[in-house]
Amino acid sequence: MRGNGFWLAAAAFISAAYGLTVFATNDYVFFAGYIILQFMVLATAWNILGGYAGYVNFGTNAFFGLGVYTAVFMAKAFGAPLLLQILVAGLVGAVLGFAVGLLTLRMHGIFFSIATIAMSIIIETFIINWKFVGGASGVQLLRPPPTAPFDSYIRMLFVIAAVMVVLAVAVARYVQNSWIGRGLRAVRDDEIAAECTGVPTLQLKLLACSISGFFLCAMGAPAAMYLQYADPASAFNLNYSVSALAMSLIGGTAHWIGPLLGALLLASTQQLLTVTISSEVNVLVLGLMLVLFVVGAPDGLIGLYRRFFKPKSSDPSGGSSAP
Amino acid sequence: MSHPVLHVDQVTKRFGGFTAVDNVSLTLRPGERFGLIGPNGSGKTTLINCISGALRSTEGRVTFDGHDVSTLPAYKRTRRGIARSFQIPRPFKSMTVLENLLVAIDFAAVGHGLNARQQESEVTAILDKMGLGSKTHVLSSQLSQVELRKMELARAVASRPKLLISDEAMAGLSSSEIDEVLDLLIALNKDGITIIMIEHIMHAVMRFSDRVLCMEAGRVIAEGAPKDVMANPRVQEAYLGV
Ligand SMILES: Nc1ncnc2c1ncn2[C@@H]1O[C@H](COP(=O)(O)OP(=O)(O)OP(=O)(O)O)[C@@H](O)[C@H]1O
Ligand SMILES: [Mg+2]
Repeated sequence: MRGNGFWLAAAAFISAAYGLTVFATNDYVFFAGYIILQFMVLATAWNILGGYAGYVNFGTNAFFGLGVYTAVFMAKAFGAPLLLQILVAGLVGAVLGFAVGLLTLRMHGIFFSIATIAMSIIIETFIINWKFVGGASGVQLLRPPPTAPFDSYIRMLFVIAAVMVVLAVAVARYVQNSWIGRGLRAVRDDEIAAECTGVPTLQLKLLACSISGFFLCAMGAPAAMYLQYADPASAFNLNYSVSALAMSLIGGTAHWIGPLLGALLLASTQQLLTVTISSEVNVLVLGLMLVLFVVGAPDGLIGLYRRFFKPKSSDPSGGSSAP
Repeated sequence: MSHPVLHVDQVTKRFGGFTAVDNVSLTLRPGERFGLIGPNGSGKTTLINCISGALRSTEGRVTFDGHDVSTLPAYKRTRRGIARSFQIPRPFKSMTVLENLLVAIDFAAVGHGLNARQQESEVTAILDKMGLGSKTHVLSSQLSQVELRKMELARAVASRPKLLISDEAMAGLSSSEIDEVLDLLIALNKDGITIIMIEHIMHAVMRFSDRVLCMEAGRVIAEGAPKDVMANPRVQEAYLGV
């Protein structure tokens, strides 16, 4: 029942996104909407490792940037179509995720997070020195004509991003509700106890890292064609790391809906502010909201919802058994 | 004679230059109730860490149920039937008592092919037996000390162990609570589970154990019938000399 509801909502979501591309007259909504959808994917993917397993990845920008440059490389070297760029970026991200997963063997907590920052610096440095993809000064990209049924490239990107949101959320939801999710929660709560209770902690962490890495990196790929330009400083911008983390925390990490809501709330606010004030004020708003939530609502929007709309006694298990 | 359920063969564990467990051997028969005693810091927890796989031993071998498990990670040893509780309880804090046990059933008793309803009824049965039935849906972070101890044992039992290692499950409990936990362990043993009980509370050790082993500074200093071990002058010295 609930499963059907989810897929109906997903179908409605994609149809609405497509409908918008048919009927909307102004392209701006797609430029702004794409960014919001992009952050929905990033926050959802980040949360699979950071929320479910409790390993805080500060290297979202490494995955994203690597995705951007996988697309650049695929386009320049092979003239690969967009969907192939996205798929290959996803696979590259899964491999990088696996490598990050191996770090968790020896590093926990803040040490793990610092290692992910170091990783992103290494990868960015590598790209800066790779002339074929433009090096430090970046590279201009030419959009091919859009694929039918689309007649505008940005509208096509918008629908692709909407589909990626659905895929990422479907996977996150599956992970959360399956034995994988229960195992990851055990890892987050107490890794040694988990291992001694039969949980293959390393395998689960590697799986979570790879899935998370897949979507973080895949979402980088269409960004190249969105901007028609790629340079290391923006592709590897730390803002992606901070945003993915902040959106998940603000939405709530215990349930897949959390990062989705957090991204919707924060990314739309940011888009609004970019238009009305300036893009510099974004970071400030992000920081303020994060502080506000960490202090006032540590379980995010999900926690607020539970506090105010659910009778306390009826569901003592909290979000754990929710769909 | 049936083959041993556990055979620890000359196990040594060093931390840097410090030897916490020094060449310890022991053999457990199926169904045995085994008491492990020794003063603070004598290496009891480290030894059972080496048995359960939470630590790898530096030297020596651990054979469980006829298989060498020395190099297996902890989760595989648990799946083979070695379960343990922790000296300082380690609940999955964000989960209810029910969910804590479901982790064990999902992952350790993985081969038993239970559906969701069977899983829940198994958990309910274990919790009732442990006297935790009323706490099924309570968050484990809200349990009292004695409830936490019981939940640790319940979670271990949910993995369907052949060998259960209880690391000071009675520390800090009142005397009536101690009897409760002791009765639980004895009942579990009656169901066929071999048990190693680490304990400082001597009357509990005496009442529980078929056999006792005493460690001091990583070494075995006495092993045998509870009365004989307690009467051993080295054991008395080790305890009084602390
Ligand atoms: N991870 C570790 N690193 C370094 N030393 C350790 C480690 N774990 C235990 N030790 C040391 O090994 C010795 C044995 O510790 P262990 O916890 O096994 O003793 P114990 O017999 O369980 O004591 P207690 O009765 O207090 O629980 C102690 O001196 C302890 O400090
Ligand atoms: Mg100990």
